[in-house]
Amino acid sequence: MASHTITARTPGVFYRRPTPDAEPYVADGATVAEGDTLGLIEVMKTYREVKADAGGTVSRWLVENEDEVTIGQDLVELDT
Amino acid sequence: MTISSVLVANRGEIALRVIRACRELGLRSVAVYSDADAGAAHVRHADDAVHVGKSSAAKSYLDPDALLAAARSAGVDAVHPGYGFLSERASFARAVVDAGLVWVGPPAEVIERMGDKAAARAVAARAGVPVVPGSDELADDEAAVAAADGIGYPVLVKAAAGGGGRGIRPAGSDEELRRVVAEARREAASAFGSDVVYLERALAHPKHVEVQVLADAHGGVVHCFERDCSLQRRRQKVLEEAPAPRLDPAVRRAMCEAAVALAREVGYVGAGTVEFLLDGTEFFFIEMNTRIQVEHPVTELVTGLDLVALQLRVAAGEPLPVTQDDVTCRGAALEFRVNAEDPDDDFLPTPGEVTALDLPGGPGVRVDTAIAAGDVIPPFYDSLIGKLCVWAPDRDAALARGRRALAEYRVEGIPTTIPLHRRLLEDPAVVAGTYDITFLEGFA
Repeated sequence: MASHTITARTPGVFYRRPTPDAEPYVADGATVAEGDTLGLIEVMKTYREVKADAGGTVSRWLVENEDEVTIGQDLVELDT
Repeated sequence: MTISSVLVANRGEIALRVIRACRELGLRSVAVYSDADAGAAHVRHADDAVHVGKSSAAKSYLDPDALLAAARSAGVDAVHPGYGFLSERASFARAVVDAGLVWVGPPAEVIERMGDKAAARAVAARAGVPVVPGSDELADDEAAVAAADGIGYPVLVKAAAGGGGRGIRPAGSDEELRRVVAEARREAASAFGSDVVYLERALAHPKHVEVQVLADAHGGVVHCFERDCSLQRRRQKVLEEAPAPRLDPAVRRAMCEAAVALAREVGYVGAGTVEFLLDGTEFFFIEMNTRIQVEHPVTELVTGLDLVALQLRVAAGEPLPVTQDDVTCRGAALEFRVNAEDPDDDFLPTPGEVTALDLPGGPGVRVDTAIAAGDVIPPFYDSLIGKLCVWAPDRDAALARGRRALAEYRVEGIPTTIPLHRRLLEDPAVVAGTYDITFLEGFA
């Protein structure tokens, strides 16, 4: 099985949930399709969705909810 | 109560603005900073600085406990909140006062009242200030039709639990209203968990005109004339000017008097802004901002007042040093908000390094910025990186001065909104001052 890493396209603060009280966009081990939303990055008071650019199974998160991320930083690993 | 030192609970250009006012008044200023702002201009210019947390705003500038701890450790006797962040959070104002410190702003109860839409409308009504004609919450479709007869078409159907422009639908006739109300209730129930809706008169092409007020704790209230802030994109102001172009003098007088009446009614203290929608010669109160505003410099330029210094003096218990007759409006001023956003890519935020920077200068030019060449604009905060303001004896000269200053303003490394402002100053509606709040949404 191959592995694919999704990276941050903008710097900011990473969130795994749409709102603080909501369930995460995807659970650990979940299967996602290309284009699915995996999280949000807050940049300058706006929110950008982090989309899966490939389908696969969520194998490992490389950042925590509310972590500060830089552009190009690895966010999550998928088994494809 | 006197003040000798001030915690400036903000960052960027407004923190620097407050620090400058403190220095001129002989007050010690204490900056606060997050991890990302450790070397920032507001930290360098203040007399002292206290670290308040991580880069994320929620863990630093929006953390009331961290700011109160900073105030205690720095031994200040007042807190100036700037704009944004905690400036309109009543609980923070109350906590500052409970800690035995002076809050540079209106009393917490006033922030609370003006921050509640229904309560603010009630204050306006008591002060005799017109609000956008609207209905109470509606029980059924026929109640909506009856209410619309009193308001006059076209109307907007709004979800009581909505906000930020969501859940709003227009209707132009009884028949359309019955259909739209049914749709709006269904949509509101699923989107907001409540199907309660109300009606408001639809204003097709209003201007956003706001009046600056100043009030002291001894019953003194003055207005400092108005600003036209109609050039907005997604409810964010882009370019502001004072005085409002083409405003009928009788309407100007009525709006300014209404703002003073409202400030008196609510027991206002400090600097505040009363916002109106202006539809022809009719104006309607929309909300009051209970803090200093981003665009305050245009008012400073046409009145010659230092609004931030006056905030501090009033907070220290001094009476206003000016009467209404002392406040005059001279010439014309414009403010251009320079944001780290790409106007050619849907205003995508553009944090990053400013590799080179030329700031405009010369006659009638004021630049409020906390950015220098080599600075990295962090992604964690507002995208505003500078305010270019120009003043001239008349509006045509101010427009020419704006074009000249924008030609001098050069930011390299990141896209900014400077090219947008250059285009705006070539547009006939901007030059003529006829633009309204819908203008910028369709501007390419």
